[in-house]
Amino acid sequence: MAKPASSIAKRADALWNWVDSRLPVSAFWKATMTGYHAPKNFNFWYYMGSLALLVLVIQILSGIFLTMHYKPSAELAFASVEYIMRDVEWGWFIRYLHSTGASFFFIVVYLHMFRSLLYGSHRAPRELVWIFGMLIYLALMAEAFMGYVLPWGQMSYWGAQVIINLFGAIPSIGEPLTEWIRGDFFISDATLNRFFALHVIALPLAILGLILMHLVALRENGSNNPDGVEIKANKDENGIPKDGIPFHPYYTIKDIFGVAMFLLLFAFILFFWPEAGGLFLEHDNFVPADALVTPAHIKPVWYFTPYYAILKAVPDKLMGVMLMGASVVILFFLPWLDRSPVKSIRYKGLWYKFLLGMFAIAFVRLGMLGMAEGTPAQTIEMRIWTFVYFAFFILLFFMSPRGKTKPLPERLTH
Amino acid sequence: MPTDGVNIKRRRFLVATTSVVGAVGAGFTAVPFIKSWKPSAKAQAVGAPVQVNLDSLDPGQLLKVMWRGQTIGVLRRTDKTLGSLPELDAYLKDPESLESDQPPYAQNEARALKGEFLVVNMHCTHLGCVPQFLPEVGPQPFEEHWNGGFFCPCHKSKFDMSGRVYKGVPAPTNLRIPPYSFIDGSALVIGVNPEGAV
Amino acid sequence: MNKKLLSCVFSLVALLAVAGPASGSGGEALEHANVNVRDTAAIQRGAQVFVNYCLSCHAASYMRYNRLAEDLELNEELVMENLVFADAKIGDTMTIAMQPKDAEAWLGKAPPDLSLIARSRGTDWLYTYFLTFYQDESGRWNNITFPNASMPHVLWPLQGIQKPVYATHDGHEVIDHLVLAKPGIESPEEYEDTVRDLVTFLKYLSEPSEVKRKNTGVWVLLFLALFALVSYALKAEYWRDVH
Repeated sequence: MAKPASSIAKRADALWNWVDSRLPVSAFWKATMTGYHAPKNFNFWYYMGSLALLVLVIQILSGIFLTMHYKPSAELAFASVEYIMRDVEWGWFIRYLHSTGASFFFIVVYLHMFRSLLYGSHRAPRELVWIFGMLIYLALMAEAFMGYVLPWGQMSYWGAQVIINLFGAIPSIGEPLTEWIRGDFFISDATLNRFFALHVIALPLAILGLILMHLVALRENGSNNPDGVEIKANKDENGIPKDGIPFHPYYTIKDIFGVAMFLLLFAFILFFWPEAGGLFLEHDNFVPADALVTPAHIKPVWYFTPYYAILKAVPDKLMGVMLMGASVVILFFLPWLDRSPVKSIRYKGLWYKFLLGMFAIAFVRLGMLGMAEGTPAQTIEMRIWTFVYFAFFILLFFMSPRGKTKPLPERLTH
Repeated sequence: MPTDGVNIKRRRFLVATTSVVGAVGAGFTAVPFIKSWKPSAKAQAVGAPVQVNLDSLDPGQLLKVMWRGQTIGVLRRTDKTLGSLPELDAYLKDPESLESDQPPYAQNEARALKGEFLVVNMHCTHLGCVPQFLPEVGPQPFEEHWNGGFFCPCHKSKFDMSGRVYKGVPAPTNLRIPPYSFIDGSALVIGVNPEGAV
Repeated sequence: MNKKLLSCVFSLVALLAVAGPASGSGGEALEHANVNVRDTAAIQRGAQVFVNYCLSCHAASYMRYNRLAEDLELNEELVMENLVFADAKIGDTMTIAMQPKDAEAWLGKAPPDLSLIARSRGTDWLYTYFLTFYQDESGRWNNITFPNASMPHVLWPLQGIQKPVYATHDGHEVIDHLVLAKPGIESPEEYEDTVRDLVTFLKYLSEPSEVKRKNTGVWVLLFLALFALVSYALKAEYWRDVH
């Protein structure tokens, strides 16, 4: 009875060997999974990386199926989205997957980035991991913006109008540049058509390439950890870090649990609250684009509002655009702005907890104010938080070499 | 790392359970994506039943109408034509329409609800060309035993006046019969089964 | 000591910042529509009102009659007889004969398509809108919720005619409230129910798959809970090696 089974097993084995000697599958698996030792003390924040990958897969899959029914033309775009929502079987599910996924992409990415600020994951020798991560973030912002234009509702149209006109603030080349981006003298069919191309193929390709670089650079030095100490400094006789555990099965299995918990939240929003009260899908975007009627209250989607608040806080067009640009660009320099001898917040003094806390509050509050209608009192508040936002980087640069630190542990605390 | 004393059985069971639940989840997730390829409500509305008026159709005449992007032929046959149908049984691949695609109420020699009217999907069951309608009775260059019928220009498949396929041609089955029903004596509707049928 | 003080100040700032008002003035207070999209009977009644009063000027060009029949548990012949007035087929969408260009010429502004109105305006707004029509001294229709809108009060035979009562506020004369000057066919309570039915229908119209979405969601969440449970057991088992 065991004979036929074993002969099948033998053949499968032979086939596997045939493939593996031609394509380094097991070598790759060993190098990146079973033979790669990650610090054993990852906490909640370390789920975000794998979750970002999951959301990417969700977006690509749902996006491919949306392109099968969507029409990238000013005449037909809005109606084709409603066609998906009503006439295509399960079309509403695919569309909500994509719209909910877009917001969750930013939730996960913001938490992922904040993790870096907590534990110093961007510090040497992982500066390039951070740089590639920031480039992914930039590409993701462009991707999200262009995706938001595609339904061709009022918010799509006027959001595009405002964001493209930001480029118009650049002296002398601004006007011709905005015209070139739009491909017309106003936001039109030509703009929609090229944004569609960029959204469905050009930017996704760029993002995939950048993610690959992000991961290759990460695996070179291995992950940081909540203690911010290098586990490679403490190896056993086999050259394996004493505080490391094989990525597979320990972290693959842990990440599966993370995926399950994430999907619970994701599905809850998707099936019961897809508009998220107007945050994920804005009310005005259920009105077709109309060049003659500007909605009373234009604002970008929630994940852009902190920067939008910085823009609104400055009473000068060029300065506002520059400051908004600076608020993103300055993040690139974080690995060199933090000069503390320790990486993790756990071993930095109270000064860092205070700085980072204020920074987080400023970011959230700016996001809330960016959505607001903009009373004079709110404008003043936006200026205060804009100041706090930038003060974080400056104070970090000057305080980090002097700020109090606690002694680092020899091994990971667990 | 202490890995001795590990309960391997329990681990195998849990890995298997998680994998099965995960695979079931992936399977369920695939359903909406697969179903999104089905004809949409719009396509179904465009493919709604088509009404055909029979008053102006003379005996021996063929009327072509479009239904769901397919050419549907409505042929008014004479008693002579109907009478000659059994003569050809020996030369046909499926004279009883046992292997062919038609509603049960059209599974008869005349392949029709009422013998007088043949309602037939004109697309050849071989590769979808639309055959020519050649009603002349008598030997033809392509077929000796010809009582009128349909001849496909693409790959020379031959069908009789009931859309039944001849032996020795590439088409595998008789021409298909769409669902249809009579509204009253003078009109029929393609795409709707007769009440009580099927 | 210093540490405690700092964390106190810090939490206070955080609390004030995140809890602070950011929405500004919310505009007029709206009545609550309290619609229930699972109330098929209400949607059916609302559909009747919609077809009788709205569909001559407003289209719902993304909604198909046969979808309506299926979702409202009506047979197609009944829908054809009672809801389809135009020369339309059961698979058609709820369009109107009036061309947008003609509408602009006749009414000044083409009446908007209502397929998605409940998603852009919200049900509370729509409900309040239908309750706050009034006739001013010159006999023109106006609306408190949507001042100077071009739409006349097409439901007035049902509600009757409301007139404004003015009050002086900071030297300005403003509308204080509306009174029913001439009763309509329906009592005020009946009219509120009619409007609620109509708004329930508009809500359904804006997302016909809402009920299916929520029903599906329950099963998806139950399944994911099972998956979370199993994957947690798996994780706990393997991580015994580490702990």
